[in-house]
Amino acid sequence: MSEPILKLSGVHTNIAQYHILQGVDLEVPSGGVTMLLGRNGVGKTTTLRTIMGLWRAHQGTIDFDGADITATPTPAIARRGVGFVPEDMGIFSDLSVEENMILAAADGPIDKQRLDWLFTVFPPLRTFWKNPAGNLSGGQKQMLSIARAMAQERRLYLIDEPTKGLAPAIIGTLAGALRDLKAQGATILLVEQNFAVAKALGDSCAVMDDGRIVWTGAMVELAEDAALQERLMGLSMEAA
Amino acid sequence: MLVNLLSGDRPRSRMLTLVLVAILVGLAFAPFLFPGTRSLETAARICIFIVLVASYDLMLGYSGIVSFAHTMFFGIGAYGVALASTHMGRGFDALLTGTVAGALVAALLALIIGLFSLRVRAIFFAMITLAVASAVAVLVSQLSGLTGGEDGLNYRIPRALTPAFKFADGSFLGVRMNGKLLNYYLIFIASFVLFLLLLRIVNSPFGRVLQAIRENDFRAESIGYRVVLYRTVATCISAAVAAIAGSLFAIWLRYVGPDTTLSFEIMIDILLMVVIGGMGTMYGAVIGATLFVIAQNYLQNLMGVAAETVSAVPLLPDLLNPDRWLLWLGVLFVLSVYFFPSGVVGRLRGTS
Amino acid sequence: MSIAPEHVPKMETASLGERLAPHAPLLLVPVLMILGFLSITNTSSWLTLTVSGLAMGMMIFIMASGLTLVFGLMDVINFGHGAFVSVGAFIGVTILFALGGMTEQPSILLNLLAVLVAVTGAMAGTAIMGWAFERVIVKPVYGAHLKQILVTMGGLIIVEQLIHVVWGPDEIFLTRPETLKGAVTFAGAAIEKYRLLAVAIGLVLFLVMRWTLKSTKIGLIVRAGVENGEMVEALGYRLRLVFIAVFVAGSALAGLGGVMWGLYQEVVTAHMGQQIMILVFIVVIIGGLGSVEGCFIGALLVGLMQNYTAFLEPKLALVSNIGLMVAILMWRPQGMMPVVKAK
Repeated sequence: MSEPILKLSGVHTNIAQYHILQGVDLEVPSGGVTMLLGRNGVGKTTTLRTIMGLWRAHQGTIDFDGADITATPTPAIARRGVGFVPEDMGIFSDLSVEENMILAAADGPIDKQRLDWLFTVFPPLRTFWKNPAGNLSGGQKQMLSIARAMAQERRLYLIDEPTKGLAPAIIGTLAGALRDLKAQGATILLVEQNFAVAKALGDSCAVMDDGRIVWTGAMVELAEDAALQERLMGLSMEAA
Repeated sequence: MLVNLLSGDRPRSRMLTLVLVAILVGLAFAPFLFPGTRSLETAARICIFIVLVASYDLMLGYSGIVSFAHTMFFGIGAYGVALASTHMGRGFDALLTGTVAGALVAALLALIIGLFSLRVRAIFFAMITLAVASAVAVLVSQLSGLTGGEDGLNYRIPRALTPAFKFADGSFLGVRMNGKLLNYYLIFIASFVLFLLLLRIVNSPFGRVLQAIRENDFRAESIGYRVVLYRTVATCISAAVAAIAGSLFAIWLRYVGPDTTLSFEIMIDILLMVVIGGMGTMYGAVIGATLFVIAQNYLQNLMGVAAETVSAVPLLPDLLNPDRWLLWLGVLFVLSVYFFPSGVVGRLRGTS
Repeated sequence: MSIAPEHVPKMETASLGERLAPHAPLLLVPVLMILGFLSITNTSSWLTLTVSGLAMGMMIFIMASGLTLVFGLMDVINFGHGAFVSVGAFIGVTILFALGGMTEQPSILLNLLAVLVAVTGAMAGTAIMGWAFERVIVKPVYGAHLKQILVTMGGLIIVEQLIHVVWGPDEIFLTRPETLKGAVTFAGAAIEKYRLLAVAIGLVLFLVMRWTLKSTKIGLIVRAGVENGEMVEALGYRLRLVFIAVFVAGSALAGLGGVMWGLYQEVVTAHMGQQIMILVFIVVIIGGLGSVEGCFIGALLVGLMQNYTAFLEPKLALVSNIGLMVAILMWRPQGMMPVVKAK
């Protein structure tokens, strides 16, 4: 495995009086998809938000691409090449799809070829290019949110539960897009509850419980061991 | 017994206790300790402003609501007494009617404003009260037929409360036994009782819920408290007490006008008193009002003297001009909010 | 996992009523004009009042737009905004007096040039002041509404007093430049020239602002930031810088509004900002906090309402606007065009 592009060491994060992350140690290797799994409320979203600088680590360090970004402001972290798809999608519903995409490419106009590729992966974006993003359906909003992260080449993609609450057909489209992205050599840290998607996409895997990483290994290892899944996440994921 | 009277809310600081006792003694025996018309005016004003500021603190400090309509409620009480005395003739019944009516109108108005703005977001309340209070102030100065306009109203209060009335011959400790003295003690006792009442309210279960809401309204709501209801009730109580303070002011002055009861300057004075004394501590109102009223009466003279002495220096005399009093208060106000938001009381209690 | 079936995009179509609803407030302006006409009955008076109402509305919009955007972006409410109006007016008047040679000439070019210089000076002054105000007064109290209200109010008091220190305790009377005096007669109605100019400036400004918000990247960032500031930062934009820029621009606009208001009233006082803020707050509330278009419509409504009632029953002018605010809040408790907050 190659040198990790992202490394969290002993990260603690408090939100108000709640101590959510209690010493997270996590390495994300360059290239490929790292899955971040675990039950609801164990701190997966908080981990992504802490990496992004939206919540601050009170203890521990976060290194990205050789630099300490623990105290770096969010915009600077983004400019270092981190694409973020938040749990709530973070769509600007007042803006058109086009305007959302213009904002997503902070470094200048979107590359024409890249845009064409995005249109092929997410056809609705072309259809509703000039429409307000607020009028899109849930699945289309999720496509837009992921497309925004993909609008520029990033060194790391942080994606939080992209398939949550979506119809199976749309989940397929999204998974296909992520597979495309992966095929281009991208590095993705993906939080996902849909085990089928996780199994299909994941290379390596980290499982969280109670604000800590409790298991790391190859995705196949976890996928094939129902007993391990039961122990780590309280239920077997095979049914999904 | 004493602790019970204070509703169990002790000053919690030796120094604070001393200061409060000194203020209480000073006000209780003001006519004898500080003879002279001007000092008696100052003492009465302190009593009334303590109530006014304490009622404001119920909203600002205990409920976290910013209102700019407190002088409006104050004015409603004052005009209530003035109008009743004008139309019903001089008498205690007129004073009582005016006071009660003023308090009711103020509470009703507070209820309406509260229902409109508090259910949306607390910040609306600040803006809406500012707008409504200005509109009322303008209206009062324009409806001269009813309110006397800019000139205000002069009216007669019961003879027993005026200097012309002598209830004993001669004088005691150099103080004449006249109606003015009775009037002062009416103000003093009423203010004292109102203050204890407010102290009781903030230390009741109702007051504790208000403070819980102030700390975290979302959480209070989820526990099951009806946040809007509590805030609206607090606003109404606060408005009614402010109106009564206004009524007392009207009884004392025997005059009401827009400048003395409704002006925005008074609103700023109240804000300063609350913040300097200490928000969310009823005792802060006592200290803030006392300090401020005394400073207002005597410090301005001092500024005049200071301006004279530096008259050779450019700009400084302008800055020290007694008319620029408000400038320094503004600076003090901003600094207080930044650096000691719990005010003098917080400092004395060592929690700031 | 199966291959994804062809996803058929489908737009959720809204009924005509649903699509029109967001624009309903726009209709209120002509409705109010018609109501004004019905109660005034005299065409020429109505025309005069309508123009002055629109002029007043435009000026209030100029002063209110910055305030509403600042709130939308950073959840900061600046009760001291009126201070910029007053300071702008005083700077403008000072410059106009200094350019007396230009304002007294009956040359429209020289007159407008003098006004332009005064406006530029006032806007530059209030822009710098806005920057300082943000640093010293507002920045330490981010995220605390209660303190914001208190501290910015304190800032307003201090600035008003400093105006007295610099320009003296009295109000300053001024006359408009020569060619902006008097009125033109149109359809039997006397319409002051200056009011026409005010309407024109306001309209141009609104269009420029709309264009900036709709068609420039900084405009996109501002609009996106009003809705979800966190996501804007996560895309790599420093929202704090954008916010300061908007705060400074809003202060400069307040300064412009101050000069225009001073020329409209032909007198400037240290209190003028505080007084006009009453109407500005009403406008911001009924427009919907954070909405520039709501602010524009609200300002026109308030300006018209103020002028119509001032004609019909002068004592009730301000009260009628309180009534307008109450009516609109009963209809839409968040204001006419509330901004959807993501959080």
